[in-house]
Amino acid sequence: MASLARRNLFHDKVRLMVTLTGVVFAVVLVSIQLGLFFGFKTATSNIIDHSGADLWLTGKDVTYIENGVRFSERKLYQVLATPGVAAASKYIVDFSQWKMPGGAEEGILLVGFDPATNFGGPWDIVAGRVENLKAADTVIVDELYRDKLGIARLGQTVEIQGRRARVVGFTRGIRTFTTSPAVFTSFKNAQNYTRLREDETMYILVRAVAGVDVEALRSELVARVRGVEVYTNAEFSRRTQNYWMFGTGAGVTVLIAAALGLIVGIVVVAQTIYAATVDHLREFGTLKAMGASNGYIYRVIIKQALMSAVIGYVLGMSISLPASFFSQQGTTAIILPWPVVLGLFGLTILMCITASVISINKVTRIDPALVFKG
Amino acid sequence: MTETAISVRGLTKTYSTGATAVRALDGVNLDVSHGEVVLLMGPSGSGKTTLISIIGCILRATEGSVRVCGREVVGLRESELPRVRLDHFGFVFQGFNLFSALSVGENVELALDLKNVRGAVARHRAASLLEQVGLGDKYRAHPADLSGGQKQRVAIARALAGEPEIILADEPTAALDSHSGRNVLEMLRELAHARGRAVVIVTHDSRALEYADRVVHIEDGRIAAPTASSEEINSGWMNHREQSPATQLA
Repeated sequence: MASLARRNLFHDKVRLMVTLTGVVFAVVLVSIQLGLFFGFKTATSNIIDHSGADLWLTGKDVTYIENGVRFSERKLYQVLATPGVAAASKYIVDFSQWKMPGGAEEGILLVGFDPATNFGGPWDIVAGRVENLKAADTVIVDELYRDKLGIARLGQTVEIQGRRARVVGFTRGIRTFTTSPAVFTSFKNAQNYTRLREDETMYILVRAVAGVDVEALRSELVARVRGVEVYTNAEFSRRTQNYWMFGTGAGVTVLIAAALGLIVGIVVVAQTIYAATVDHLREFGTLKAMGASNGYIYRVIIKQALMSAVIGYVLGMSISLPASFFSQQGTTAIILPWPVVLGLFGLTILMCITASVISINKVTRIDPALVFKG
Repeated sequence: MTETAISVRGLTKTYSTGATAVRALDGVNLDVSHGEVVLLMGPSGSGKTTLISIIGCILRATEGSVRVCGREVVGLRESELPRVRLDHFGFVFQGFNLFSALSVGENVELALDLKNVRGAVARHRAASLLEQVGLGDKYRAHPADLSGGQKQRVAIARALAGEPEIILADEPTAALDSHSGRNVLEMLRELAHARGRAVVIVTHDSRALEYADRVVHIEDGRIAAPTASSEEINSGWMNHREQSPATQLA
């Protein structure tokens, strides 16, 4: 026999549509919001995450990568003299102004690195080479921002802070959380573009000798190099993410939207499952009279909720996953890691079961005389 | 099988609403034997439905004793009552109470499902029961496609699915035309007389009198008068009783 739950669910097509709409709405809203959250989170720290460094030396009280402060480059030599350091290089991340051929200006995030070590350099290069940046006044930008920066072709010349800059390469998919595109250049060029003094840097990126304990090396650097802070790559990434996602409230807003999606989903599903239960109340009362235990009836209701959850999840994800895929071609990525996709399945199940609790409560309190009323 | 299917002694049911308490049943005594058709009659609000609900272990008694096939059920825990209903009772309702989303056959199978009878065995038994009530060709039909009489016959087939010793029928003919109503009553009598089921019918339908072995009249929560036996009914007892306000059919 087909299960009563399935028959009840599919019997009323309109109600089924409303229920599924509720689940799909919740799944899409929550997944897109979470995808945006992860997209933003990734964007805030992807320069750090792709830096290839083990440790970051920063000025005091630097809470996020765009907030670097200048300090003496002499500390680089102290770092290089520390046992366990395989390589170290100076690094700049700072906001600057990009003047387009038409004269309009656009804010950019200038990233100056040492092309020799390539710590903190660009990745996923689709045109040109990192080595091109060894030439003076050269930059690499992401093709996502070509229009924004008014770049028509490779080799085009623009202005950064009143100085000439030539585009010698393009990357693909390097997004920033701020609206300012990342522009990669050599440290030396970046010094000029940001008017950093010759003997200054903003960060020192360190790579440990293979096999050296990074934590121990950090302690050693903290003891040897005064006036700076030392973070592991993961720590500095987390610090930057926390600042942008929670310090500014941007992430919280996205998470609240996701939570609202969840709440709206629960309410819609609860309402429709409740309405369906109320419609079938006499039937549930009859089941009770026939000798069905409360557990049997709960299983019917929960099965209905589970079926709604599974169908709604599949439909919802068939919208969210393509949306995530196509978003990769834009400046705002919706990133849905597989654990999140699977987690959302669990969340959808939980949402629908939670939604059915009110109905279960209703069934528990069925007036027995109901079954005897004509 | 015990001789007495239902034995009710000193049964009282009080509904409390705030400070007000309404006594729906007041010291009811009643015995129903296997193979017997008992009609419960009385005006609306007299306590018939409350009595059948308590007998059927759907409602809890406030005081008194209810023995079902020799087993005291008044003191049972809430969680034990579904098993008693499943093992001993089949219900037939005025409104049929069929499951609209299920086919006729599946409605009967559902009762078997509760007894963990599933698959081909359940299908075969459901088909056989529908055959018995004359609806062998309606297995795949939906309740919405049936007449009232047919629906009630499906309900009877469903009530019989668990092979209960007791059938409790609440106004089983109220929604039926005369022919269908007689058909259903005939079927219920057959269940008692030919198959030894105890059948309790709550009804206002005077047509049911000729199918009853005994009539129990309830008024204001009490058995209003000595019950009439089938012999008394057949010998014109009803004609005599109809002159008394206490036994007027509502």
